[in-house]
Formats: sequence, structure tokens, C-alpha cells
Amino acid sequence: MTAAEIVSETGEAQWLAGLRAGDEAAFEALFGAYQRDVFGWILRIVRDRGVAEDLTIETFFRIYRAHARFDPGRGFGPWARRIATHAALDWMRRPRPEHGMPEEFFAAVPGRAQADPLVTEEIRSGVAAALAQLPPKLRVVAVLAVIEERPQKEIAEALGVTVAAVKLRLFRAMRRLRSDLEQKGITT
Amino acid sequence: MKGTGNRQLGTDARDQGPGAREELANLLRKAAPPVGSDAGPGPDLWPAMQRRLSQQEGVRVGLRAVPWFDWALAGGMAVAGVAFPAAIPVLLYYL
Repeated sequence: MTAAEIVSETGEAQWLAGLRAGDEAAFEALFGAYQRDVFGWILRIVRDRGVAEDLTIETFFRIYRAHARFDPGRGFGPWARRIATHAALDWMRRPRPEHGMPEEFFAAVPGRAQADPLVTEEIRSGVAAALAQLPPKLRVVAVLAVIEERPQKEIAEALGVTVAAVKLRLFRAMRRLRSDLEQKGITT
Repeated sequence: MKGTGNRQLGTDARDQGPGAREELANLLRKAAPPVGSDAGPGPDLWPAMQRRLSQQEGVRVGLRAVPWFDWALAGGMAVAGVAFPAAIPVLLYYL
């Protein structure tokens, strides 16, 4: 029986109470039940499977350390997603030798459609560069709201900000993207 | 609620009309197709998680592994340093 099945059969509340009390079996059960959700959320942001796996581990490590602060009334999923988003933001802010979006950003993510073949390599690299130049907190919103089409309320919860703040960041991101793309000669 | 993101771009800005916003959003989605919700990790990540937790445990054990008399010695040195600060340069000279 998988951890997810155990969690669903025994009732999540029991495991959440166990997590708060520092029970490692509860942590393992919740890890099994939520690792796919957390990984998928991080993958949407960073678009690199290796990085997403590392950040999933980092997210659950932060959860493990902060278990005493968990509020069972607010649900594990949103809490984990918020920690995952901040782990991804920390990773995006980290200076790296190569500047820009990873090549995987435009590669086929397993199980998903390929990039539109009518979109030329020049446009793809232009979009990549424009997205890479966005500050991380704007890039996260642009990727989640525009490319992944996630609801703004969900993004706001994951970032720990208001929906109005998400709208403002989205507006600023789109304005900068449009400006950057126009400078590169890419017009919509 | 999925599929509403591009329709939620709403701002009052005049330089981003709904049509222009939609075109830009379409371009972004064509260049970078969405990951979607069906992507999961390849292998089970629990073994990697256990390794990470055991590393953390190792750090804790490392601190606990310091014998009590070493802590007492360090405490005594700190107290002596506070009580007789003039002795610090002399001690450093002989180290």
C-alpha cells in the first residue's frame, strides 16, 4: 500500500497531527502523498526536472524543520506549495554561471506537448531571454499565470501575497516582456 | 479554475489592451508549452529525502558527540577571558 493510500485511508487529519508532533511516520506518509504535487508545482516554475527534484527535497526538508509551526486548520497542500514556491524563488535568485533560462524551458516536458513548430528558434530564444531578464518574483507570476494558466488566487496563496499584488506583478511582467520582445524585433 | 490565467491578466493599463495581452500570452505559451498537472518525479524521492535527513541528523550528532569536559573547558576559558582580559594576549603569545 502506498503512502498516499495510507494517508487517504487513515484520514489526513491524523497524519497532520502526527506531523505537528514530530512523528516521522506521519512525515513519511505525507511525503509520499504530496511529493508528486510539490514536484509538479516546482517543475512548472523552474522547468527543469533535476532542479525540481532537488527543490522538492529542499521543500520537504524545510517542512520537516518547521513542523511545529504547521497549522492543521489551513491544510497541508497550500502550506507545502507556499514553501515550495519560496524554495524555487531562492533557487532563481541564486547567482549561476550561465545566465538565462535552462534549455529545458523549451524542450518537451515529458508527457506534454512540444513547443509549437511554427514558432522559430529565434522567437523561442527571444522569449527565453526576455523571461530570464525578469526579476524572479515577476517571472514566477508570469510563468504560472500566463504559461501554466493557474488561477491568480492560487498563485497569491503560494506566494503569500494578495490577489491585487499578483495582478500588479503580472501587469509589470507583461509590460516588461512586451518591451523586451519589441526591442528584439519580436512582435505579437 | 484551470484555464483562466490568460483571462485574468486584467489591468487598467492602456498600453496593454485585452487583444494585445492575449496575443502576448499566446506567443509565450507557443514558445514554452505548459508543464500541466500530470508531471511527477521519475523515481520515488523518499530515499533522497532520507539521505538529506540523515545528513542533518549527523550535524546534530556531531554537536552531541563533543565530550562534556570539552564544553566545560571551553566555558572555563570564556569565563577566564572575561575575568582576566589582560591574560588573553599572553595566552595567544604562548599558543
